Formats: sequence, C-alpha cells, structure tokens
Amino acid sequence: MKKLHYQEIEGNSSKFFLLVGILGCIILFALGATYYMEHHGHHVTGMTNQVVWGMPHVFAIFLIICASGALNIASIGTVFGKSMYKPLARLSCLLALALLAGGLAVLVLDLGRPDRLIVAMTYYNFKSIFAWNIYLYTGFFAIVIVYIWTMMDRTVSKYYKIAGTTAFIWRLALTTGTGSIFGFLVARQAYDAAIMAPMFIVMSFSFGLAAFLLVLMFSYQWTERELGDKVVIRLKNLLGVFVAGVMYFVIAKHLTNLYATEHHAVEAFILSDGGMITKLFWIVQLGLGSILPLILLYSPKTANSRNAIISACSLILVGGIAQVYVILIGGQLFPLQLFPGMEVSSSFFDGVVNTYSPTPAEILLGLGGIALSLIIVTFAVKFLKFLPVSLADDVVDPHHS
Amino acid sequence: MASNEKEGAPVNTRREFLVKISAAGALTITPGLFLYKVAEAKSDNELASANKRWGMLIDTARCADGCNACVEGCNKEHGLTGHGREATDAQWMRKVTVTDKSIGKTISLPIMCQHCENPPCADVCPTGASFKRKDNIVLVDKHICIGCRYCMMACPYKARSFIHEELSNQKSYSPRGKGTVESCTFCVHRVDQDKQPACVEACNESGHKAIVFGDMKDPNSELSVALKTSSSRQIRADLGLNPGVRYKNF
Repeated sequence: MKKLHYQEIEGNSSKFFLLVGILGCIILFALGATYYMEHHGHHVTGMTNQVVWGMPHVFAIFLIICASGALNIASIGTVFGKSMYKPLARLSCLLALALLAGGLAVLVLDLGRPDRLIVAMTYYNFKSIFAWNIYLYTGFFAIVIVYIWTMMDRTVSKYYKIAGTTAFIWRLALTTGTGSIFGFLVARQAYDAAIMAPMFIVMSFSFGLAAFLLVLMFSYQWTERELGDKVVIRLKNLLGVFVAGVMYFVIAKHLTNLYATEHHAVEAFILSDGGMITKLFWIVQLGLGSILPLILLYSPKTANSRNAIISACSLILVGGIAQVYVILIGGQLFPLQLFPGMEVSSSFFDGVVNTYSPTPAEILLGLGGIALSLIIVTFAVKFLKFLPVSLADDVVDPHHS
Repeated sequence: MASNEKEGAPVNTRREFLVKISAAGALTITPGLFLYKVAEAKSDNELASANKRWGMLIDTARCADGCNACVEGCNKEHGLTGHGREATDAQWMRKVTVTDKSIGKTISLPIMCQHCENPPCADVCPTGASFKRKDNIVLVDKHICIGCRYCMMACPYKARSFIHEELSNQKSYSPRGKGTVESCTFCVHRVDQDKQPACVEACNESGHKAIVFGDMKDPNSELSVALKTSSSRQIRADLGLNPGVRYKNF
C-alpha cells in the first residue's frame, strides 16, 4: 500500500483561472441582483404576501441540506471507522463548510433587512427554531474547523475521533433543525409533519454525497490526479442507497397524507392538479432526480462509467432542488385553510391557489450561493492541503493487490 | 483648639455640602418626575397590564356583504395606501366571503390579526420582534424585525404583510418600514388612550355596529357580557391558539 500524501493544487492553469473567473462573475451578478432587490424592495421579485419565501430560500435550504450531507463522508471514516473514507475526510469537511457558507449567504441576503444581521446575532427568541438554527450553523462552522484541525495537525490528532463524533451528532441536529423549519409550521397543510426532520436528514445524505462526488471527480480530473475506481464505485453505490432512502420517505409522507381526509386537497394539488409543481414532482424530482439516477448507478451497462456517475450526481442535485421547490413553494401556493370545507374568497387571495414566477434576480442570488461555495473550495484546495495527491486504488485500499 | 476648629471645619462643610446637594438634587428631580407623570399620563404598567386582555366579537349577522367600512377605516388610520399591486400591497384587515356550499349559505366577515394567546408568529420569530404585550396585543417591534418572514409562514390567518417597497407619508403613531413585517395592532395607540380601534369606529359609523371591542378579563365589559350571552367561535379553534377575535352567528 502506498503512503497517503496531501498536497495543495498548483492552481495556475488556465482552467483554474477560467473557473475562478466564471464563479467570480456569478458572485458579482448575484451581488448586483441583491442590491437591485434590496434597493427597490421585494416587489421586484416574484415573492408576494402569499408566497413569502421564494427561489432564494429554495437555493439556501438546498445548500444547507447539501452541507450537512457533504460532511457524511468524513463521518463514515471517523465515526464508523471505514478506512477507505478517511483520505476523503478533509475535502468532505471543506465542502460542508463551503456549502453552508453559500446557503447562509443567500438566506441572509434575501432578508428584508440584511443590514440588521447583527440584530439576528444579538436578539434571541429561544422558542424559535430559526434562533436555534443560528446556533446550530455557527456551532457547525466551529466544530468542523476543529475537526479539520485535528486531521491536519498531528499535535492535536488525539482529538480526531471526538471531534469527528461531535461533528456527526451536530450535523444530525442541524438537519433536524432545517427540516423542523417546516415541521413546526402548524398552519400550513403541506408542512406540519414530524417526518420532515428525518426526511431532510436522508435528503442531506443523498444531495450531499452527490455534490461531494461531483467535486471530487472534477477536481481530480482537472488537476490530473489519480482517482481510482474503488473510491468512486464505493461512493456511487452508497449514493444509490441514499437516493432510494429519500424515495422511501417521500412515499411514506404522501401515503400517510393520502390516508387522512383533511390532507386530500393538498395532496391532490401536489400530486395531480398543481401544474408546474406536479410536473416538478413527478418528472424532475422522481423521474429525473431519483429513478433515472438509480438506473444509471446500478444498471450493469452504466454502473462503472464515470460519465454515467457524473450524470447521475447532477440529476440527483437537480432533482433535489426540485424537491425543495415542491415542498417550499408548493406548500405556499396551496391556500391556507381558514374555514375547512367552506369556499372562501377575498381581496387577499384567500381560497385561491397562489402563483409564483421567480425572477432572474432571485435565481441569480441562488446561483451566487452555489458559486460562493465552489469558489471557497477552489481557493481552499489551492492554499491548504485538502486533497490527497493520489486516490488510486492501491493508496486507498490496504487490501489491494 | 483653634487647630481643632480648623480641623473640624472641613467636616462640617462636607456634611453641609452633602445635605445641600441632596436637597438640591431632590428639588431638581422632583418637578421632572411630575412633568414626566403629566406627559405620560399613565405608567407602563397601566398601559399594558396583564389584568387586561383586549379582544373583539364580530357579529357576522350584522356584518354586511359588500360593506368595507372597517377595512377602509383601518387603511386610513394606519396610512395603508398601497401601490396598486394587490399581491404585494399590505392588508392588515380584509373582508372574506365564506360559503357553505352544502347548505348554500354565504356570510361576510373581516379577518385581521387574531391576537392569539399563543401566537405562532411570536413563537417562530428568531429575534423576538414579534411579541405579545402583557394585555395580549400581538405586535411587531419594527426595530428588531430582520424581515425573514417566518412569522408570515407560521400565521394560520394570513394576517401579516411584508413591506415590499419604500413608503411615504407615514403616520407618526403607526411607524412602518420597508423590509419588515407588519399586521393589525388592535390600534394600540388608540387603545392606550382609552379609545376604540379605528375599524370598530368605522363599523359603528356605517351603522352596522358589528364589532364589539373590549377587555375580556373584565367581567362587566360590553365584550365579556356579549361573549357570555351569545355563542361565538374562533377561527381554526383546532389549533388551540385561543385568539382574541371571536365571531358570532357563524
């Protein structure tokens, strides 16, 4: 078995500068979009008093889900002692931090008063799941940074296991908090379900691993470092299990709702009458984002193809955005039930299915979050030893012959 | 002796000085306190007392379909002029038409912040900007609202509006701000001066007299008597929020 060795990437190729340039441009456009929305007020977005959270929240929540999931690869190595995952742990932690930073940036920049961020840091209502999340997010940054430190500095490596275990428990709490943002909303028919928290955890396993695999494969391809099949095949097989896990939760959630008469209307909206929401659910979330990736990952014809794996990961992420969109936007488009069983109408859109068309500015802000995450990773691997020089089969697998 | 006197002199002077300064201090502060009393008229405790719970009873039999007096009264009082954009303009109060299709009965009623005893908006607010006064009036502290809109997601009554654009010509007693959330205040500025909310006055002026406002904890208030002598209901009572706004003949 060859020795594992970490090294910064050179980061002086034209590809590197092109990547940084493109990501930088997206971030600049996103900042411009933010200024435009904040200067004019939210009336220039697709968001209204009916659909109060829009595309920025879809991206922010998606990135936060991905962040906690991206940390799993490190956890599997540290907490569950799987040695093949240990070389991937540094990148896993880095990606988790970067994705969380990207998600939070989007969330903060969409606030009505982003200038009052300091207020959010100094005034706490401890009954609010949002306030808990502020602690969960800042704690996540601190714990994962310590975790990386225990990996990179031998003098503190004795704390590696405890840091990794703490990070693992913390990330489960964090995703529970994210899911509970919806689970705790008693007023909305589409939310208010305890299953939201565990479903979000499994979603994070799936989306986070898909994001990690993509970053891993592209960074090794572009830096021309060796990435063996053992790592890739192991990760993609695990990814398939997570995709199936998400499907299980989605089916359980909808079947449970379909049994209760009070939820028939909202289920009918999501599953059959919701127009774009229904299409996103069946075609993008389930078809393209779940079933097709499963075929690509497990079918004997494609199972070992890198391109198929890249396609599957990309599809899972697109399906993931669609899933968050269906939950978040779909749940708001369906009218609040003030008088169950009655027909209602008003000047304030009572009783009608709302509409939402995201504007380019909102989408740009969301894409800015993704670009911010990726540019953090890009610079971090250039300046710090995150990536092993080689992840060839004989490096990662002690039993490789 | 002389030296003693000399030694004692400063002691006396210090004592005298302390007495004089205390008296002068008291004289300076007291009129201020009196002036404060006069200006404020009521102490903080009197303004919002836990011994009171403000509430409303809306008689849907008196509330006329097509009449919008309460909504107009509210809009005028708080300067809710709008920008001609229905989806993003603020509405603190709205008339809702409810039809029971199985029996073909239609009624019209106003809906606004229900001033819940257990307000979900205040529960979810991360900064505590959404809060409940001692007298159960639910308000938004515009100074610490960060505009996250989680309260709007949590409110079962769709009672809250987000300020989507710049405002002008605001009322000094009802400050509002772009990027923050707002809702019916039960006209707290009027209630603190023992006046009725603007919607109640407007409804009375229209001749319908469909809204009774008062203290639910005072057994002799018009509201308490009306609540005791007639059956009323809460909207979404199943949520257990115990709203302060009740509906009669519905």
